[in-house]
Amino acid sequence: MYANKVIKKLPSKMLFITTALLTNSSFNNSATAATSSAIAANIAANGTIISVVNSPAISVNSERQQELLHLLRQDCGSCHGMTLKGGLGPALLPADLANKPAEFLAVTILQGRPGTAMPPWNAFLSPIEARWLAQQLLDGVSK
Amino acid sequence: MKMKNKLILALAFTALSGCSMYSNNTPLRPTGDLGVIIERATGQVQVVNHTNNERLSEIDGLGDLSHASIVFSRDERFAYVFGRDGGLTKIDVLKDKIEKRIIQSGNSIGGAISQDGKLVAVSNYTPGGVKVFNSETLELVANIPASIIESKKPLADGSPARSKVVGLVDAPGQKFVFSLFDSNEIWVADFSEEEMQLSKYENIGSFPYDALISPDGRYYIAGLFGEDGMALLDLWHPEKGVKRILDNYGKGEKKLPVYKMPHLEGWAIAGDYAFVPAVGQHKVLIISTDTWQQVGEIPAHGQPIFVMAQPDNRQIWVNFAFPRNDTIQIFNTETFDLVKTLKPGPAVLHMEFTPRGENVWMSVRDSNEVQIYDTQEQQLLKTLPATSPSGIFFTNRAHQIGL
Repeated sequence: MYANKVIKKLPSKMLFITTALLTNSSFNNSATAATSSAIAANIAANGTIISVVNSPAISVNSERQQELLHLLRQDCGSCHGMTLKGGLGPALLPADLANKPAEFLAVTILQGRPGTAMPPWNAFLSPIEARWLAQQLLDGVSK
Repeated sequence: MKMKNKLILALAFTALSGCSMYSNNTPLRPTGDLGVIIERATGQVQVVNHTNNERLSEIDGLGDLSHASIVFSRDERFAYVFGRDGGLTKIDVLKDKIEKRIIQSGNSIGGAISQDGKLVAVSNYTPGGVKVFNSETLELVANIPASIIESKKPLADGSPARSKVVGLVDAPGQKFVFSLFDSNEIWVADFSEEEMQLSKYENIGSFPYDALISPDGRYYIAGLFGEDGMALLDLWHPEKGVKRILDNYGKGEKKLPVYKMPHLEGWAIAGDYAFVPAVGQHKVLIISTDTWQQVGEIPAHGQPIFVMAQPDNRQIWVNFAFPRNDTIQIFNTETFDLVKTLKPGPAVLHMEFTPRGENVWMSVRDSNEVQIYDTQEQQLLKTLPATSPSGIFFTNRAHQIGL
């Protein structure tokens, strides 16, 4: 249902994003349909600006990238520190995340970690956005 | 030779008289109606005046202030700023400059000043513990490492991981009280004697995330993240130990995700009731301060972060966690009715009341401004520019236990 909605709303040149999304079968996508379609609409509305970052399969438009980085610094930063050096939550600098695959980080972002203070963020992030954020963390977020 | 001496004398005289003329002509600046605002993204603070609602100065170079708090010296001249990067900065609000700055740990969360004003304590995440400094010189007086957490990997320098320390407050009798997030403890450090005495209370409840102390300094209450409830220590009767209160306030209700930890700074108390944020519930809990049982709850707009009582205790003001952090709700403490819902703008992080409570200042991070409201009609009076403002701290905190 999620994939159908996305395909319907995206211009054809963006289909590769949808493919990437579908192949991430490890995600238990529990975002609501309403949230999903909101994300799809957002991508479609800005669909002309697509930048490929780090991995050809991971693309988030530049406006949304800024929103995600803001979210990362300010809201993830509530616990992990604005510079990601850690706080009540662990540090998220590249050295701290060495040996942690991007997929694992993306799942953690989306589903949280039960038994800890890490909440699930899947109401605000699509799997592809979580995967993009995970890659930013591994590469080191540019200032 | 003689000429030279005369010249020096003349110069010295000019310099001296210049000095005294300067001080005669400089307008005096009392500090009782000043405040300091954290600008979290730029490592700056603003010095403000809350009688005239104006900005006085901006001070640079305070490091990482992404989470920061402030206590004041009892003469209300110096602000001690506790930064995220372990920085402890002493600011002179008379001269608008940094008096002294040290990096005392890798990662800190907050601090407190002692009853006699001579000690400043800082609670640290990395390495976990509390450090206590001479408030005048910032020289280390005591180091109190927190409990070792065996299950966590050692720090980069090979030293063992220790519990993070939260909820550090001052208490009467030259004490500091704090909670250990990872080891479920409350510790009391008593500095009234030459040698510091440490009392430890274990198994106080799962993951204490923050704490508060009542304005009389008697009750220390830690909020628990790992379970529904709070931990209460009566400092008049420490021999009775820590008591669990508000057990199971969720009553089996599904916990909502917590996108930001509530803060328990200050004490929202009115008559026989105290008001605290629920964790994982969109509610403010009402506690009887007589029985320490929950007597009610107020449905709120989101996960509460700060629940703050006006100085007259007539109303409480509540802000909320992401994604509902554009809103403030005001409730009547007698009827528990909603008085008003305000939408100050994106990311309202903190509020501070003027000493007698006619106005409240609030920081609106993402619109880069501080808004000033009157508490009676809740009307916006003035907006001041500030870069990513977070905490607002007025100097009258200098004379309040626990702040």
